Amino acid sequence: MENDIINIQLLQLVFAYIFVLVLLFIVKEKKIGHKAEILLASVRMTIQLVAVGFILEYVFANQNPYYSLLILLIMEIFAIYNIYGRVNSEISKKLKGIIAGSMFLGTSISIFFFVLVVVRLDPWFRADYFIPLSGMLIGNSMTGISLGVNHLINGFKDNKSLIENYLMLGAEPETAVKEISNRAFYNAVLPTINSMMGMGIVFLPGMMTGQILAGASPIIAIKYQIAIMMGILGSVTLTVFFMVNRGAKTFFNSRKQLRL
Amino acid sequence: MFELKNVKYKNILDIEKVKLNKNFVTAILGSSGGGKTTFLKLLNNMISADQGEIFFKNKNIENYEPVALRREVVMLPQDPAIFRGSIRDNFQITEKIAENGSSKNINYKDLLKKVSLNKNLSDNADNLSGGEKQRLALARVMLLEPEVLLLDEPSSSLDKKTEEKIIQMVVDYVRENDRTLIMVTHSPEIAEKYADRIINIEKGRIVSWKN
Repeated sequence: MENDIINIQLLQLVFAYIFVLVLLFIVKEKKIGHKAEILLASVRMTIQLVAVGFILEYVFANQNPYYSLLILLIMEIFAIYNIYGRVNSEISKKLKGIIAGSMFLGTSISIFFFVLVVVRLDPWFRADYFIPLSGMLIGNSMTGISLGVNHLINGFKDNKSLIENYLMLGAEPETAVKEISNRAFYNAVLPTINSMMGMGIVFLPGMMTGQILAGASPIIAIKYQIAIMMGILGSVTLTVFFMVNRGAKTFFNSRKQLRL
Repeated sequence: MFELKNVKYKNILDIEKVKLNKNFVTAILGSSGGGKTTFLKLLNNMISADQGEIFFKNKNIENYEPVALRREVVMLPQDPAIFRGSIRDNFQITEKIAENGSSKNINYKDLLKKVSLNKNLSDNADNLSGGEKQRLALARVMLLEPEVLLLDEPSSSLDKKTEEKIIQMVVDYVRENDRTLIMVTHSPEIAEKYADRIINIEKGRIVSWKN
């Protein structure tokens, strides 16, 4: 059973697109709109995955630390631009820099700790492990940081008068925004905590499902899943922590005045 | 105590020259939107002037560490925010954020009495009315015993009787403790009755002042 992988034939894959047609039919009938967006998403996903498939085939066959690091860098850059796009408000240049820095720092620490200490990859750049594991950590950190930035910006906007009151009473900016920063941090890590709560009961996580489908024993799949969840938790925690702490400072100028 | 020279802030304020004396009660009058609140905010560096200089105790306020300055020159906004929790929490948070209070022994109950707030310390501050919140916020400022009190319409949510009582109390407190009070008020009567100096600001400019 171990290597009994069912290879999906091209024609079978075409059948999977019926689900997109179902969605298109519903949005058309109900006049919900966004047909072009749905089509674009389906086409983009297909092209992106096919391209990634070929690239990964090549990289897996030609193991090289530079390839692994280059793909890591590309993933980071895409993730950062994705965050900028997901934030509903305008982000200052300074905050953009902090988001990028937090992503690089938080995910790098987590990825290297994870591959060197937890999985003990040998060689460390083994692309078939290094790239998917990094992708999961970066993807989840991207979601966490997007939530964190949105909550931070909205927290400042909604509590402008409270923050000013704190400052007028002689509070340091860090004290004035402590509650807002803490709330932004908590709201950013909450989805990760919630997904840990439901894991295994409410749903079977993607990585575990993938490994089982690829023929791995559920016990091995579970061990990997637990490890990766801890890695994700660590990565989300670090990136959001760096972003919230440094990001909150960007709302003040050098005279400790609120810039809103 | 304060000296402003050629101070400009956006299109809101344009002050050629003014001095605000130590231990004085200064009232600032003027129509709304005329720049009174901006004037107060400049004095404790909540905002910085685009042009000109502001001196506090003969030193340019831009050369003060801003938080240290705000602890000496505390401002009470017109619509103060109340911290979540009880009245006692509001006092304790105030002392904590201003890193102030450990050496002082101020009785919270006495403060409430001073501002005519007949409440228990354990009462939820969120349940107070607008006027009560304003008085609690005033008590929080007095708890810090700052050298200068900047009050922006401190009695705007109070009835006439309570307003007189509160202003009288603040003025007495300032005079007894050698403090300086700069307050924005909508009431020329209050200004006439209590202030040592009245400054009238219209459309961002000082149009008159008298002792």
